[in-house]
Amino acid sequence: MTLDRIDIGQSCKIVKVGGFGALRRRLLDMGLTPKTQVMVRKVAPMGDPIELCLRGYELTIRKDDAKNIEVVKWEEESI
Amino acid sequence: MIFALAGNQNSGKTTLFNQLTGSNQHVGNFPGVTVEKKEGIIRKNKDASVVDLPGIYSLSPYTAEEIVTRDFLIKDKPDGIINIVDATNIERNLYLTLQLIELNIPIVVALNMMDAVTSSGSYIDIEKLSHELGVAVVPISASKNQGIDNLIKKAFEIAKEKVRPKKMDFCEGHVHRAIHAVAHLVEDHAQNMGISMRFAATRLVEGDEQIEKSLKLSANEKDILNHIVNEMEEELGTDREAALADMRYAFIENVCKKAVFKNKESKEQQRSIKIDNILTHKHFAIPIFLLIMCVIFYLTFGLIGSYLSELLELAISSFTNFTDAALAHFGLSPTIHSLIIDGIYAGVGSVLSFLPLIVVLFFFLSLLEDSGYMARVAFVMDKLLRKIGLSGRSFVPMLIGFGCSVPAILASRTLPSERDRKMTIVLTPFMSCSAKVPIYAIFVAAFFAQNKALVMISLYVLGMIVAILSGLLLKNTVFKGDPVPFVMELPAYRLPSFKTIMMHVWEKAKDFITRAFTVIFIASLIIWLLQSFDLRFNMVSDSSESMLASIGTFIAPIFKPLGFGNWQSSTALITGLTAKEAVISTFQVLMGGDMSLTDLFTPLSAVAFLSFTLLYMPCVAALAAMKREMGAKYAFFAITYQTGIAWIVAFLVYNIGRLLIGG
Repeated sequence: MTLDRIDIGQSCKIVKVGGFGALRRRLLDMGLTPKTQVMVRKVAPMGDPIELCLRGYELTIRKDDAKNIEVVKWEEESI
Repeated sequence: MIFALAGNQNSGKTTLFNQLTGSNQHVGNFPGVTVEKKEGIIRKNKDASVVDLPGIYSLSPYTAEEIVTRDFLIKDKPDGIINIVDATNIERNLYLTLQLIELNIPIVVALNMMDAVTSSGSYIDIEKLSHELGVAVVPISASKNQGIDNLIKKAFEIAKEKVRPKKMDFCEGHVHRAIHAVAHLVEDHAQNMGISMRFAATRLVEGDEQIEKSLKLSANEKDILNHIVNEMEEELGTDREAALADMRYAFIENVCKKAVFKNKESKEQQRSIKIDNILTHKHFAIPIFLLIMCVIFYLTFGLIGSYLSELLELAISSFTNFTDAALAHFGLSPTIHSLIIDGIYAGVGSVLSFLPLIVVLFFFLSLLEDSGYMARVAFVMDKLLRKIGLSGRSFVPMLIGFGCSVPAILASRTLPSERDRKMTIVLTPFMSCSAKVPIYAIFVAAFFAQNKALVMISLYVLGMIVAILSGLLLKNTVFKGDPVPFVMELPAYRLPSFKTIMMHVWEKAKDFITRAFTVIFIASLIIWLLQSFDLRFNMVSDSSESMLASIGTFIAPIFKPLGFGNWQSSTALITGLTAKEAVISTFQVLMGGDMSLTDLFTPLSAVAFLSFTLLYMPCVAALAAMKREMGAKYAFFAITYQTGIAWIVAFLVYNIGRLLIGG
C-alpha cells in the first residue's frame, strides 16, 4: 500500500521511500524514514496535497509524491 | 569573531537574530545567488558579528539555500555556530544539528521555545541532552528574550576556547564501518580542502557529488569508495541516502528517549489543530482566505494606506511648493529650478508616495507569515499553481500584484526556492496593478461607455491568462530545472512578536527609501532631461518639441502594426515607465486643448493600446525591485519578455479584431 491511499485520521508505518533525487532526499530529511509512524491529518480543500503528522509535527506533501512512499497500516503492526 | 546562525525554518531564527543584534543589521545577498544574507553586530560586543544563514532542514546539496549554507560554513570558516533548535519539534530539528556537528566547528545549541515546552507540561533534561549530543545546549525563549545573555556568553566561550564537538559518531554497524573506512581513505583530501574528515566521509557515503568533486579523489580512490558503499548497501538492504537518514533519526530517537519527556500533543499543537479545523476546512478554507485578502486589500489600498499616502503626498507637495517659492525668491537659474522641482521632486516624490502602501501591506503580510497562516495558504492553493510549474507559495505575491507590483515582488522573498522566486517575479507584473486603473478608466469612458465593466474585467482576465500561458512556457524553457519539491512544514500557529514584525516592515521601508533616492532618483533625472530639452539641448516650453517627443516619434512605427502608431501614444508609454498613472497625464499634456483620445484611437486600437499597457514592462520602482531581488540579468530578461509579450498580444488583438470587424 502507498501513503496516498491511507484514509484521513488513519496511521501507518513507513516501509520504504521510493523516488529519486531532490524530492526523495527531502522526504528523508524531513523524517519520513522507514519504521516511522505517520498519521494522515487531512486533505486540502481541492483534494491535494495532504497533511501528515509525524515525529510530533505537521508536514504537507503532494499526493503524487505520497505514491512513492510504501506503508503498512499501523494496527496490523501493533497487534 | 564571526558566528553563523543556523537552523530550520520556523524555528524562531529571525527572532533570535533580532534579539542578538538589535538594529545593527546589514542585509545583502550571498555571492552569485539571490539568497538573502543578513549580518549583524552582536549586542554589546563590537568585534563579534553573526551571519543569519537561510532556514534549512539539511545540508544536502539540492537547494540554493542548502548550498549557500554549506559553502559559508566550509569556506568562510566561522569561529562558532549557533544552532537554533525548536524544542517543541526537537526530533526533526536535531537532524540538522547532527550534520552541523560533523563539520567539527565549535557549536552551541540554542534550544528555543522552552517556555512552550514547559507550559505544556513537557520536560527536557538539558544536561542529559548536552551530554548525549556532546555539545553545549542553552535553553532560551527568543520571543520572550529569555536566556539570550546566557547564549551569547556560551557562544563566546566555545569560540574563544575552540571547544569542538565531543563526539561525531552517531551510528553503529555497517554505516559506522563504511564511514570509518572512507574517512581513512580521504583524510588527506579533506585536510587539503580544510574541512572536517568526518563531514567529508559522511557526505561521500551519502553520495554527495558536489563534495566528491571538490575533494578531487583519484580514480582508484573513487573505486574503493564505491566498493565500500556498495558493500554497505548490500548488507543493509537499503540505499546510501536512506541508510544515513535512518541512522541519524535512529540516533535522535535514542537521545530523545533519554532526555525528552514529552506529552503526546503539546498545547500549541492542539490549538493549531483547532484553528486548522476552520482555516483549512474543506468548504470554508478558500472563502476565508479570500475574505482575509479582501480585508487586507481594503485596509491597504482603500482605508489606511491610501489615507497615509494622501497625507504624505500632501506633505511632499507642500514641501515642493515651499522649495519652489524659496528657489524663485532666490532667483535660481530656471533650468536648475526646473531640474529640482519638475525632475527630482516630482519623480522621487511620486514614488515615495507609495511608501505608506508598502508599510501597511507588509505589516499585514508579516503578520500572516509569522503566525503560520501563509503556509496554510500554500497548502490550500497549491493545486491551482502546480500546473504552471509553481507551488502554492507563489499565490500570495501574485495576488498582491493586483495592488502594486513593488510589494508583490518584495513579498516573493518568502518563497523557499530561488527558481520559484524568479518565476513568480517575472509573472507577477501581469497581474494588473492598481496604478493602471486610471488609464483603463479614462479609455473605457471614452470608447466603451456601454460596456465599462466588461472591458475592465476582460483586461484583468487577459493579464491572468497571459501569466498562466507564460508560466507554462517558462517552466519548459528558461526556468526548466527541477522545481523544488513541495514538501513543506505546517508550523504551529503562533502569536507573532510585534518587534519582529516591525523589523520586517522597517527593512522593506528602508530598502524602498534607499531605492527611491538612488535608482529612481537617476531615472527621474533622465526623464526630466528628455522632457525638458530638444535634441539641440535647448530648453523647450512646448513638450511636443522635447527629446522625449522626438524619441516617441522615432519609436512610433514599432506600434504601427498594433494600431497606435501616433507619437503621443509612444511618448505616453515611455513616461508610463516612471509610474503608470503618468500615461494619462502625458496624454493630457501632449494632446493640448482641442484634441481628444477619439482622434488618436479607434475603439479597436484603444483595446490594443490597453492590452499593451496592461502587459508591458512595469514602472521604474518595480524594475528596481526586480533588479534587487533577482539581479540585473534576470530583471533584463523579465522586462524584455514582458514588453515582447505585450507587443505580440496587442498585435493579435488589433489584427484579429480587424479581421473580425472587417476594418
